Amino acid sequence: MDHLILKVTSKLLFAPIILFALYVQFHGDYGPGGGFQAGVIFAVAFILHAFCFGLDETKKALPQKALTVAMVIGFLLYSGTGLVTMLRGANLFGYDALFPASTHHAGQHYGILVVELGVGVTVASTMLTIFYHFTGREPDIDQEDW
Amino acid sequence: MDWFDFILARYNYWIFILLMMIGLYIVFARGNLVKKIVGLNIFQTSVFIYYISIGKIFGGTAPIYMGDELDAASHHEPESGHGADAGAHGGETAHAAAEGAQSKIDNSALDHGDDLKETLHSKIDNNALDHGNDLKEALKSAPVSDEGASLHDLPDAGEKIANTLSHTDKTPPAPAPGIEFSPDGLHGAAGDAAHSAAEAAHGAMEAIVYTNPLPHVLILTAIVVGVATTAVGLALAVRIREAYGTIEEDELEAADDIAEFGHQAGVRAQQAAGSAA
Amino acid sequence: MSIASQLPVLPIIMPIMAAPVTLLLPKGRAPHLWACLFTWLTFAACIALFREVDMSGPISYHLGDWAPPIGIEYRIDLANALVLLLVSGIAALVMPFAYRSVQLEVDERQTPLFYGAMLICMTGLLGVTITGDAFNVFVFLEISSLSTYALIAMGARRDRRALTAAFNYLVMGTIGATFFVIGLGLLYQATGTLNMADLSKQLIGQDNRMVQAGFAFILVGMGLKLAMFPMHLWLPNAYTYAPSAVTAFIAATATKVAVYVIIRFFFSVFNFDFAFIGAAFTYVLLPLGLLGMFGASFVALFQEDVKRMLAYSSVAQIGYMLLGLSFATVEGLTASLVHIFNHALMKGALFMAVACVVLRAGSHSIHAFAGLSKRMPVTTWAFIISGLSLIGVPLTVGFISKWYLLNAAFAAGHWYAGFLIVASSLIALAYVGRVAEVMLLREPAEEGKYAMAKEEAPLSMLIPMWILVLANIYFGVRTDLTGDIATRAAEALMMAAGGAP
Repeated sequence: MDHLILKVTSKLLFAPIILFALYVQFHGDYGPGGGFQAGVIFAVAFILHAFCFGLDETKKALPQKALTVAMVIGFLLYSGTGLVTMLRGANLFGYDALFPASTHHAGQHYGILVVELGVGVTVASTMLTIFYHFTGREPDIDQEDW
Repeated sequence: MDWFDFILARYNYWIFILLMMIGLYIVFARGNLVKKIVGLNIFQTSVFIYYISIGKIFGGTAPIYMGDELDAASHHEPESGHGADAGAHGGETAHAAAEGAQSKIDNSALDHGDDLKETLHSKIDNNALDHGNDLKEALKSAPVSDEGASLHDLPDAGEKIANTLSHTDKTPPAPAPGIEFSPDGLHGAAGDAAHSAAEAAHGAMEAIVYTNPLPHVLILTAIVVGVATTAVGLALAVRIREAYGTIEEDELEAADDIAEFGHQAGVRAQQAAGSAA
Repeated sequence: MSIASQLPVLPIIMPIMAAPVTLLLPKGRAPHLWACLFTWLTFAACIALFREVDMSGPISYHLGDWAPPIGIEYRIDLANALVLLLVSGIAALVMPFAYRSVQLEVDERQTPLFYGAMLICMTGLLGVTITGDAFNVFVFLEISSLSTYALIAMGARRDRRALTAAFNYLVMGTIGATFFVIGLGLLYQATGTLNMADLSKQLIGQDNRMVQAGFAFILVGMGLKLAMFPMHLWLPNAYTYAPSAVTAFIAATATKVAVYVIIRFFFSVFNFDFAFIGAAFTYVLLPLGLLGMFGASFVALFQEDVKRMLAYSSVAQIGYMLLGLSFATVEGLTASLVHIFNHALMKGALFMAVACVVLRAGSHSIHAFAGLSKRMPVTTWAFIISGLSLIGVPLTVGFISKWYLLNAAFAAGHWYAGFLIVASSLIALAYVGRVAEVMLLREPAEEGKYAMAKEEAPLSMLIPMWILVLANIYFGVRTDLTGDIATRAAEALMMAAGGAP
């Protein structure tokens, strides 16, 4: 846990990984990428943090409670987009209804952007929740018995 | 060595079958629950590989939208949507191949079959004519055409489909030297036919070939399902470990038997056999 | 926005949006009430949908306004409208029923998760039923299965074997789902499409080995999911150790939906001009259906655990459904659809009765049922009436199912199957009779593990249970309702299949 090189390196890497996650997230509607991949990369940054600083430190930065809320909000962002399109008279996920006046289907563009954001938030928080639960579980059996 | 080619040309299927069998064997043969999950993962991964490999088209590039330069290219070539018509001058096969080349962006390039030539034709019959052609008609005619309306209930949906198709039409510029339909598919007569067709269609149709993106999308979904299954399975393994103190299947069964009957299943039979002896 | 045009998507979008919110609600009563509210709304939407389909024919809904075959289509005709009604109806009854049962059987910290998972499970089952896209079936199937694994594992608070049962189900279910996906891949390779209606069109005349292999993979994959006789080994443990309310819900719905998928694929996607499929009906489904009827009923006779006995009985009942559709006639298909509906009513009621006993006696062993008529008369009679329905006594739905099935068997020329159906009903009489005997004639245990106070189950459980019991009688008397709908649905399916009658 107290390895200086690891700590310094992970501090250096943390921000670029998050940045890359955001790049993959917002590049996803035209290029390779999207919410799933971005969410996982985002979660990886925190998992690296947990490896180098310990799970408790990571939980201080990003508590489980926040992750639960983020999971729900991400999902509702996704399905809420569908709901908005329905309220605007199109079918579920008929994004064109978001900007009906647009001639070049701007609705499709923004609709996907919001949906992917929802996916990204949900995936990142779910991945971290899984990680927290697996690593943070109190083992009531000795490691030797495994 | 026909049979050798036959086997070699289908290498993707062999990999798939091998991995699938390895995975299933691990699931059935291993008693350790975590190893079972690993086996299940290998099994699922084999299916992913299968899906991805059937979507592969030789010479096809990754299905990534290339951006504005391609839009520009397609503006230079406003007639690109009519490539198939021009290709028709090259004869019936060329016509078919040109259509096939376009429609295969939407439809999978089929690389199955015992009779490859027939596959080529039947695919064109089934897919190109049914999908590609109908949709291209919709593209050529005004957005709200009869075909468009018959295809789609909503008037603007027709336009949307046409729009997608025009995407697929304009995305593939660049030479198409020797359009190959499948990784292992075309050789012999069918290959020649496809080659000459490609030659004939070459001038008319400036299209790059894209690998079929649909299997990728399907597999992305399947991967997510697989990750979820793995997570649930491992979580169960952890809980089982906490409840029983072991994750070996035979030990689990023994523990359950002792809890239920007071002895291990089979032990009494062994004892009976022992006393009889 | 007109509600009517968006109706087909409401049964999916409402519960799935409601499910994650249960995590944020305060602990206690709130998640339960929230889940109840949304299952009822979903049920209402399904009723409206059913009326719409009943009056004006099949509905097609295009997700994202993308027309099929490119876009995903929800397609509702009479057959799946009936299954939708069934799934959401059972959910609407089980959800209020669950509260007391869950309080006892599930860890308090997990109750919000429990209701969320129930909602997701229902969404998955409804989605499998509603969709017209083959790959979408897989996705929804896994949504429902994954939540079911978690729900079954929640029974671990009472019995740790719930964990191993859930794990085995997970392995089997995943293999089944993956086989199904391989089958879809082969069909996709053969046709280049995944829309069911389009698949059916493209498959005409394609009787090659690839399509046959696809068919076989789909049959085996779904066979695992629906616990077809030799592949049913996951089911008894899963049903026995799951929390009682979960068992009542999945026993009444999950396998039925899998049978529906089989029907949908065999009749709407594959066509009858495949000699191969005719052979699969006659030489695979028919014998397996018969074997399941007998093998599983026979095993049920010797169970000490009532829940496990009913689980084996479920495997046997799935045999009846497969038998019906294996005749590949309108009558047979009608019998299958009727039995899907009726079996859900009887098994739902039976498992609910067991849940009431578990609540008071703390066990589902047959010893806990001793002298039950003196302690919990209302529950006892609910069990007996739905048990009679399971046997197939006239004036209950079970009789209607058997009647249709017998008619179909004789009409299709399988007279021996007709006799076997009657014979296996006698086995059902034996195992239900055994429990009835224990409940009515034995003296209740005064002390020891199974002793309990004279106390009836709470009203929140009795009312949903008796609604199902009365439905068993109502639909047993008003035979025209289910029979007529199932006949029309079967005729439409057979017409789509273009098959010989």
